[in-house]
Amino acid sequence: MNRDMERHKEFSRRALILGAGKVAIFGTLGLRLAYLQIFERQKFQTLSDKNRISLRLLPAQRGEIMDRFGAPLAVNKQDFRALLVPEQAEDVEETLARLAKLIPISDEEKEEVLAEIEDHHPFAPVLVKENLTWDDMAKVELNLPDLAGVSMEEGQLRSYPLGTATAHIIGYVGRVDKAEMTDDPAMSIPGFRIGKTGVEKKYDETLRGEAGQVQAEVNVVGREIRELSHSEGKRGHRLTLTLDSDLQMQCQEYVARQNSAAAVVMDVHTGEVYALCSYPSFDPNVFSTGIPADLWEELLADPTNPLTNKAVAGQYPPGSTFKMVTAMAGLESGAINVSTRFYCPGYYMLGDRPFHCWKHSGHGSIDVVGAIRESCDTFFYETGKLVGIDVLAKMAHRMGLGGKLDFDVPGEGAGIIPDRAWKMKHYKQKWEQGETIVAAIGQGYVLATPLQLVTMTARIANGGKAVKPILVRSIEDVGSQIPEWPMLGFHKPYLDLVHKGMTEVVNDPRGTARASAINEAPYSMAGKTGSAQVRRITAAQRSAGVNFAELPWKFRDHALFVGYGPVDDPAYAVAVIVEHGLHGGSAAAPIAHDILLAAQKRDPRRIRTVDDTSAKNVTDDKSVKANTAAKKTEKKP
Amino acid sequence: MSTGRGIGQDHLTIPEKLTQISWPFLVLLMMVAAVGFVSLYSAAGGHVDPWAGKQAVRFCFGLIGLVIVALVDIRFWMKLAYPAYALGILLLIYVDIRGHIGMGAQRWINVGFLQLQPSEVMKIMTVLALARFFHASTPEDVRNPLYLLAPLGLVALPTVFVLIQPDLGTALTILIVSGAMFFIAGVQYWIFGAVIAGGLALLPVAWHFLHDYQKKRVLIFLDPESDPLGAGYHITQSKIALGSGGIFGKGFLQGSQSHLNFLPEKQTDFIFTLFTEEWGLMGGLFLMGLFAMIIAYGYFISFSCQNQFGRLLSMGVVINFFVYVFINMGMVMGLLPVVGVPLPMISYGGTAMLSVLFGFGLLMSSHVHRDVKFTRRGLDMA
Repeated sequence: MNRDMERHKEFSRRALILGAGKVAIFGTLGLRLAYLQIFERQKFQTLSDKNRISLRLLPAQRGEIMDRFGAPLAVNKQDFRALLVPEQAEDVEETLARLAKLIPISDEEKEEVLAEIEDHHPFAPVLVKENLTWDDMAKVELNLPDLAGVSMEEGQLRSYPLGTATAHIIGYVGRVDKAEMTDDPAMSIPGFRIGKTGVEKKYDETLRGEAGQVQAEVNVVGREIRELSHSEGKRGHRLTLTLDSDLQMQCQEYVARQNSAAAVVMDVHTGEVYALCSYPSFDPNVFSTGIPADLWEELLADPTNPLTNKAVAGQYPPGSTFKMVTAMAGLESGAINVSTRFYCPGYYMLGDRPFHCWKHSGHGSIDVVGAIRESCDTFFYETGKLVGIDVLAKMAHRMGLGGKLDFDVPGEGAGIIPDRAWKMKHYKQKWEQGETIVAAIGQGYVLATPLQLVTMTARIANGGKAVKPILVRSIEDVGSQIPEWPMLGFHKPYLDLVHKGMTEVVNDPRGTARASAINEAPYSMAGKTGSAQVRRITAAQRSAGVNFAELPWKFRDHALFVGYGPVDDPAYAVAVIVEHGLHGGSAAAPIAHDILLAAQKRDPRRIRTVDDTSAKNVTDDKSVKANTAAKKTEKKP
Repeated sequence: MSTGRGIGQDHLTIPEKLTQISWPFLVLLMMVAAVGFVSLYSAAGGHVDPWAGKQAVRFCFGLIGLVIVALVDIRFWMKLAYPAYALGILLLIYVDIRGHIGMGAQRWINVGFLQLQPSEVMKIMTVLALARFFHASTPEDVRNPLYLLAPLGLVALPTVFVLIQPDLGTALTILIVSGAMFFIAGVQYWIFGAVIAGGLALLPVAWHFLHDYQKKRVLIFLDPESDPLGAGYHITQSKIALGSGGIFGKGFLQGSQSHLNFLPEKQTDFIFTLFTEEWGLMGGLFLMGLFAMIIAYGYFISFSCQNQFGRLLSMGVVINFFVYVFINMGMVMGLLPVVGVPLPMISYGGTAMLSVLFGFGLLMSSHVHRDVKFTRRGLDMA
């Protein structure tokens, strides 16, 4: 018994210690409660009122994108969408199943919705299905009593009237990825979309606008009792591009003659891009509703890369189109002049190493104009060796090569213009003279995008003005986006020599693109052909005579052409690349011919100044072919 | 019971036992339960369905069960302690395995009228088993650290299986309640000191083994405002609701936070928030007062027990109840991380309600049989 007494006493002592602890803890809890409810009451009262007021975001209308004449390139189409507030649905899966009987919802879509519900607060509406018709909406509305938590909303869907023709420029919009989330509250709007590529991406914030909001007092079940305030938000700014949609469509047709090609048309004085095509293309309208997985796979696997904008992102050896750079470097540095003649025996010897001219029989004695006209490699090998790589590279940079041009379409390639420092940096090796020889005819390390090549051509054609390609002509409420360009300081007589050479390329019987001359007065063109090796050809193969047309498609040379027109008063510059098209003269020049002819006929530069999209001044009314939207704006003088 | 030489209330008849049941204690329980019904009624926006009605029915059954448990001889409960503990462990293993073989990580077994959560049941079973174990030990035994290995095993087993589920809150509760049982059983102070010091030293290691969502909860507990719309949402909203209630509350059915659904889990873990939003500091203190009286009553019963088993058992039941209350209230007031522990007798939920009432049944059985004396093996005193 004694034992038990002892145990009992120890027990009581311990229990009382614990009891004291409990009292202390209860006291703490009570004090905490009092602290929250007395001292912090004011703060929490305010927060509580804030809670009772529900904020609903109203999506802002995305800014439209127009061409230079006001023709729509990206617009908003009304559509209907079904939303679901998970918290208000008794059984989400059951509700979805019922909804699927009324409107088409695939199992895949159902899974996606369920996954999205997992990621969101139960009171936040989730987009179930969009792009519904009026009939679908009516059906759902009628059955709403059986579909707790479901609501219908009117939304807007992005639509691209020109479809594939402008897909590479305008891009498309899509659902926001986790990585793209910012603190813009609009991001939480169900089904919100942002620009994924092209101008839609680059100008996303301009186009997006500001979401409006409705402040409403909500009752027990979250229903709105009354609206406290309503702000409409600000619709996104409208963009007017420099593009001429009719010319764009024509160009897209022209490049579509080849398997894989790209072309850019640009105003030589302002830098405005009138057309920019990359073929093959894709339908951006499919993307804005959500692209099916198999179509996406197909686009990715296509060897002609429909998703790549070759005009902007494609980097190619410029080949002989680079010879104007070499010529200008030679002339400006004094290494050659108007009367300099080199003898071309069909090859050029650097030490004991031969470099071949494309014409095996040789061009004989030839000057700079003739060398451009007939694309004599030997002449430019010699010129390149005389000026050296660094002078050559400097001229290339002045012409707009070897660096990004801050273009309005993302994904621009920078190209490569090698020099001594570049090689040391990338290869840790000294520059070899032989590399200067090949760089002088645009081969070797040299890479350029069609966008850079058209810029180069424009700078030559406009008398040495440092234009850059411009795609956005004006932004609504912001104004014109076309800058004044500085002069590069080229010596005019030298430029005249290059112009003469380029003119003779198409207009002289000896020219390499004689077949592509414009014979329709008053229109005319000048230019330069080029072809770029895809696979290195060994000297042995070359002397054995390779029949390039027999090579598999992907090993054939790229065909290039750059040009401008009209010859006397240049207005339009063009660059064309035909991937694996073999010869610039036969594959690329005909396309350039058609484009330059179409450009001069349409003459899209007739709108020169623009204050705002709402006030267009059309002075010269040659636009018989201009579309209806353009006419509408042209009524206003 | 073989010799029949018992004394006192050793062989009470059922009517005699009924008179021994402490009816004022049951009235206290009813008052607490009433607070629960009122809150659940309000949580449903002024409706008996879906929570208040069901909860009331369960309470009634639970109360009858409590009386029945109280009438059963305390020595029977002692004999049942280990088998019941074993059964609880089996149920735990069953849900763990079921979770593993891909039938969903459910913590409960559906037994028709309620979803039985073995982990809740296990808390009481562990208390029972520990009470039986320490009933049989002498003060010398308890002072021997090696002797404590067996009861430590009794604690470790359910803790591990609950952790596997994973249910950190319940595992911690079992540990705290068991620790308190060890304490009142007379385990030396320095052992507690050593265990606490060791535990603190192991904290970084334990952190490493926590699931990401558990780490997140702890981090957000430390700084709830860092993620007001994410995982810190619960704490922030709970504090807003509670704080905006003020001294006298917003009034019955007037809790805007709770009714506008800003408050999550308002019928279960966060019901105290709803109650204090509507009834204010006064309501909150009133409820805490009721809890304190229940606990004090438990102390009274424990102290009046003539046998160590009854003392330990009733104290264990009271501690278990206290820990529930403490963790839940600390959680909704932002003093503790959100670990998902209900407020006993108030929160909507079958298992918690029934296991708490079963515990009080045992408490009452200790009270009814407070004068029974029996040996360490549970036999009558010779």
